Amino acid sequence: MVRARGRGKQRKLHPRGRSVEPAALEAVREVLGVEPLRRDLLIEYLHRIQAHYHHLSRLHLTALAAEMRLPMAEIYEVASFYAHFHIDSENPSLPVLRVCTSLPCMLASADTLLGQLRGQLSGRARVLPGSCMGRCDCAPVVAIDARYIVNASPQSVRTALDDRVEEPLPSATRYVAYVADGGYQLLQSCRIGKRPLTDILNKLEASGLRGLGGAGFPTAHKWRTVASAPGPRYMVVNADEGEPGTFKDRDYLAREPHRVLEGVLLAAWAVGAEKIYIYLRDEYPELYRLLAEELPAVIEAGLAPAGGVEVRRGAGAYICGEESAMLESIEGKRGLPRHRPPYVAEQGLFGRPTLVQNVETLYWLREILEQGAERFAALGLNGASGLRAYSVSGRVREPGVKRAPAGISARQLIDEYAGGMAEGHTFRAFLPGGASGGILPERLADLPLDFGSLDEHGCFVGSGALIVLSDQDDLSAVTRNLMAFFAHESCGQCTPCRVGTEKAAELLRAPVENEALLSELAEAMTNASICGLGQAAPNPVRSLYRFFRDDLM
Amino acid sequence: MNGPVSFFLDDREVTATPGESLWDVARREGTEIPHLCHTPKPGYRPDGNCRACMVEVEGERVLAAACIRQPQAGMRVSTGSPRVECARRTVFELLLADQPPRTQAHRLDTSFVHWCDHLGVSESPYPARKPPEPDRSHPAVAWFPDACIQCQLCVRACREVQHNDVIGMAYRGGNTRVIFDLDDRLAESTCVACGECVQACPTGALMESARVNRMGEGLPPAEKRVPSICPYCGVGCQLDFLVDDERIVAVEGRDGPSNHNRLCVKGRFGFDYIHHPQRLTRPLIRRDDAPKAGSGTVDPADPSSHFREASWEEALDVAANGFKKIRERDGGEALAGFGSAKGSNEEAYLVQKLVRTGFGTHNVDHCTRLCHASSVAALFEGIGSGAVTAPFTTCAESDVIIVTGSNTSANHPVAATFLKQAAVRGATLIVIDPRGVDLVAYAEHRLLFQPGSDVALLNAMLHVIIEEDLYDHAFVANRTEGFEELRTHIQPYRPETMAPICGIEAETIRRVARIYAGAKAAVIFWGMGISQHVHGTDNVRCLIALATICGQVGRPGTGLHPLRGQNNVQGASDAGLIPMFLPDYQSVEDAATRARYEQAWGVKLPAKRGLTVVEIIDAACGGRIKGLYVMGENPAMSDPDLNHARASLARLEHLVVQDLFLTETAFHADVVLPAAAWPEKEGTVTNTNRQVQMGRPAVAPPGEVRQDWWIVQQLARRLGLDWDYQGPADVYREMSSLMASLKHISWERLQREDSVTYPCPGPDEPGHEVVFWDRFPTASGRARLVPVDIIPPDELPDEKYPMVLITGRLLEHWHTGAMTRRSRALDAIEPEAAVSLAPADLARLELNAGDRVRVSTRRGTIQIPARADPRVPEGSLFIPFCYVEAAANLLTNPVLDPYGKIPEFKFCAAQVEDGS
Repeated sequence: MVRARGRGKQRKLHPRGRSVEPAALEAVREVLGVEPLRRDLLIEYLHRIQAHYHHLSRLHLTALAAEMRLPMAEIYEVASFYAHFHIDSENPSLPVLRVCTSLPCMLASADTLLGQLRGQLSGRARVLPGSCMGRCDCAPVVAIDARYIVNASPQSVRTALDDRVEEPLPSATRYVAYVADGGYQLLQSCRIGKRPLTDILNKLEASGLRGLGGAGFPTAHKWRTVASAPGPRYMVVNADEGEPGTFKDRDYLAREPHRVLEGVLLAAWAVGAEKIYIYLRDEYPELYRLLAEELPAVIEAGLAPAGGVEVRRGAGAYICGEESAMLESIEGKRGLPRHRPPYVAEQGLFGRPTLVQNVETLYWLREILEQGAERFAALGLNGASGLRAYSVSGRVREPGVKRAPAGISARQLIDEYAGGMAEGHTFRAFLPGGASGGILPERLADLPLDFGSLDEHGCFVGSGALIVLSDQDDLSAVTRNLMAFFAHESCGQCTPCRVGTEKAAELLRAPVENEALLSELAEAMTNASICGLGQAAPNPVRSLYRFFRDDLM
Repeated sequence: MNGPVSFFLDDREVTATPGESLWDVARREGTEIPHLCHTPKPGYRPDGNCRACMVEVEGERVLAAACIRQPQAGMRVSTGSPRVECARRTVFELLLADQPPRTQAHRLDTSFVHWCDHLGVSESPYPARKPPEPDRSHPAVAWFPDACIQCQLCVRACREVQHNDVIGMAYRGGNTRVIFDLDDRLAESTCVACGECVQACPTGALMESARVNRMGEGLPPAEKRVPSICPYCGVGCQLDFLVDDERIVAVEGRDGPSNHNRLCVKGRFGFDYIHHPQRLTRPLIRRDDAPKAGSGTVDPADPSSHFREASWEEALDVAANGFKKIRERDGGEALAGFGSAKGSNEEAYLVQKLVRTGFGTHNVDHCTRLCHASSVAALFEGIGSGAVTAPFTTCAESDVIIVTGSNTSANHPVAATFLKQAAVRGATLIVIDPRGVDLVAYAEHRLLFQPGSDVALLNAMLHVIIEEDLYDHAFVANRTEGFEELRTHIQPYRPETMAPICGIEAETIRRVARIYAGAKAAVIFWGMGISQHVHGTDNVRCLIALATICGQVGRPGTGLHPLRGQNNVQGASDAGLIPMFLPDYQSVEDAATRARYEQAWGVKLPAKRGLTVVEIIDAACGGRIKGLYVMGENPAMSDPDLNHARASLARLEHLVVQDLFLTETAFHADVVLPAAAWPEKEGTVTNTNRQVQMGRPAVAPPGEVRQDWWIVQQLARRLGLDWDYQGPADVYREMSSLMASLKHISWERLQREDSVTYPCPGPDEPGHEVVFWDRFPTASGRARLVPVDIIPPDELPDEKYPMVLITGRLLEHWHTGAMTRRSRALDAIEPEAAVSLAPADLARLELNAGDRVRVSTRRGTIQIPARADPRVPEGSLFIPFCYVEAAANLLTNPVLDPYGKIPEFKFCAAQVEDGS
């Protein structure tokens, strides 16, 4: 217990609390530059300070609080919320090495790798476990500061530690090539009135396009709602795919950033958004650099006003993929999901009506509006509309992003797109929608992977992250891994999720004994959590009891 | 939602008014919905995080938190469906799993315990986490994270209600936890111990340290609570004294008009002085073998070296006979009395009546002379009334707020919370102060000007407003007089000319002047940084001119508000504890007024005004004043140039001191009369907002201690007056019959309503918060504009004394420290005197923080440790005057403002040397 030292007799040298050290204040000012400081850029400032000093020292945080005229506690809340910030590290000179332990990497023995690296690299790196890094087709993944080592082994990580080469930019279709191929003409024709808004909205509706971040909300309907709300309005692009097993948006942005950006500008035009924010996960630094190179070309071409598009980095928080948590994060705060109502379309970023769209949804706009909405809609299978990208990982021969008809079945995806099961593995189960979409047995692998089609089995397709499990996988261990993930990523705001995920992870050590209690807890979490994280966190537990009772022991 | 909405609550049709949540409606309809993170108290935003108040809305996929959900027409809400029951029970079981066992609970009367019992949740099926360690580093507040349920009420308390900005909710998931500043120990954080978080905590995770034992186990809940008023500053917070076994064990805020449940560290933790072992419990008479000396000290714990105990009969006889002898020998003019702004209105009234009718003199004053006398003088001259024109809560309707010469968050902490709240809402806060007071964190404009250059700065602002034609022409034409003289006078005071004098750039002066003049509603607050100067009255004249030429008086959100210091300084002044005024500021030199009081009191009154506090001390030194009656004042600490003041007190032939403790003043007394403390008394007090409020006794006085009103009456009778008051109610009836300000505010009404603002238009109507909407109470009905010139401070720095000494107060200590230094928690937080210097000055003097230094002025020298404080401007020193062991007033300059007769506590030339 903390006790007062010589209570009441300690001489006070300063006013109460920490004092700002002039040297620290200078250091912070130097890193942040001369621009007036903005509250909403707090996370960016923390990034910059950490990039410079390899951690966030309390001396600098004290100075930052004074400089921004914010309570120290407010700075600390934010800095401590995000996994990628390190406050007062013991050894800031050492690189931070994060080993992804989320399910696809766990299947690739990430836990063993973590243990090995901890043993071998103590004194050379700060080795930590990490959450899904969006490279699940190349598991296991290790991050060394902002570099990502895929298909990592102790050997490859050690080598990478020594040669500090920056990752090359992805081989994307750059601005010139994109324009040469007819890019941005659709946007221009909309802006000059050749494609009237009503027509665009009708086409969008006919295409059946739905939000491909996971919620599946009809896109045309969302646009109409935002457009009809009083201005000023904002647009936010959700590029924070954190759902374990999901890496499609990274693929889109890495290959065809301008197709996404044209969709962004088109949507912003459609709803009359004054400003666009692209919220990019911090795990994709190569995309951040790519966008930093490509956006100026777009602005120079007059396609977007200077300062009209801001790219914001996350800092390691799954919950910020939840749209309202993302808005909080863009405002420079902790990613705590907001209560609904009000919906973000009515009261979103900075309290204004906001259109939030996932990268992939925006990607498809040009396809739909150029090639025809009906044609796009007809590409779907089993009653679903259009194409979508499924992120396939786990026990398949060729994991990766698979552009396939929406509504395709898991079996088809595995067999026809992913090269079948991996060598020596027999198909046994699958997660249709990443960590939160529940787990289904092989016998249900012919169901269409579409919004709503898995409801009766307690599952959903969400962001289209198909994680394939085999006869060699223990479903209890899988469930524990998922629950540990949710416990780690819960924002901590509401009781059912904050305490529930932690207690559920604990109870899952003895799933047989705790079945009744876990079922009751699952019910309460689903009914009473504020956001989708807590509501969906028990899904794998329910699946475990429903489909995989053999694995309980 | 614009109008009322009908919906169904448990199948019953109910109506919600706009803004009501489902929880609000349910509560109004008598349906109790469990809640932990929600409180309906003012200022607390619903947060909906604990999920205890879940309800089922028909047709919705998931449950809704009632506290944060607005009803919609036709909505069907169930507060007890099976889904609701399951969720609610699970929430409580999850939280209970990690709570300490009830036998070791830090507090038992919590809302968490209440709801667990209500729901029948006595144990949890969930595994417990490893309990985190407590933090008991802080003298007043203990932190037990094992009981924390992360409900964020403390965060809201700290950041959104009190705006002290210490508590945060850091990390995430199961690691989510309360932190202080940068995860610092509470004692090392910026916590000001307002205790709002303790009051808000639903589990006993944040506790008054004194309410838990060493093991962290909570003491039994208090037996009773007594509604009363805080005994410290002029904010006048309403509170409950929690009493157990005739001891006050805790204090909680009440929803009074000036505090809305909020308190500060003094109000919440500074109540135990009344139980201090040094409390006087029997009358004392000076021993014949103990001669008086100005430098003499007495051990307050053992006065027997200088005093002997006496019966009340003997002590009162000796006290009264001493006065009688002088009155008969030298006349009433040789006597004087100091009343107290710490007593009730009734006591203040009785003291001035005793001095005027029993002593036969107007030599009666009190500590208002030392705080706002210049403000009152200027306000009387300018707008005909010394009281505030609007309560400080009017800032909720201001778009511009000026705070000058006030360290509000230290000296009027709860008022500061309202100012900060207004700034957060969007009002432009302008802080004008030589010191970087804590409030600057909320200020859009910070004018840290040269000490003593107030007039230069304020005149420059007036210059801008007049020259740029920004003033309110209609208001100036219809409501003021003397504008043309002011216009002519102000011409040379260009900001460019004044900038080098006041140290503020001309452009900043212009900008701030324009903001103030252009405001829809602007209010000015000031404290002793304005008043305690030789030019204190001039400073206030400038503020009055600013407000009146801009028409910023008489409407909500506007006004002139001197933040009054003592809890009853307004009331004591109103009651006539002033040498020039009978009650309600009626001049003693006005024959008609005298006649009215002579008739009421049946005694002839002198026609000449009396002496003020410092003049009385001077007269005692000169031998003109021979007998002095001091009730609850401590001039031996509070007056300037204490060596002189103490020598003067020692020279008195007869000094009677009536107090709780053997104060530094009582060292020199002939008779010491032990008096009741505020929490032992019944009576009314009037706060800075003109709110007359009812105080009630929580405990009985110890030993033979008597009520002040009784003591005064006993003295009066022995001086030949036929007083026969049965208690404070009788006194109040008499004074309210004579005082127009108390019209329609009866004792019974105050008993009923606790607080009524004066002036009050009717017995059942609320008082007028904002006054002077159509005329000022001056002879012409207009505000008088008084042009002023720059008068430099009396004693400017020179080669020998190169620095400027500023004195003042600390958050934790009240006035001369008689009460707060005897409060365990308060003295533990600030146990030691210190002189604060700018870090650069320390470096220049080759000193380190913590070093002992010698601070000297032309009047004296003290030894005191140094503190590095970047808020102090370079070239200045700040010393609080509450520490007897390093009394700042040994150093201060006794020169007076010519109008208010207030000493220049805020400026004298000083020297700092290494004292080791």
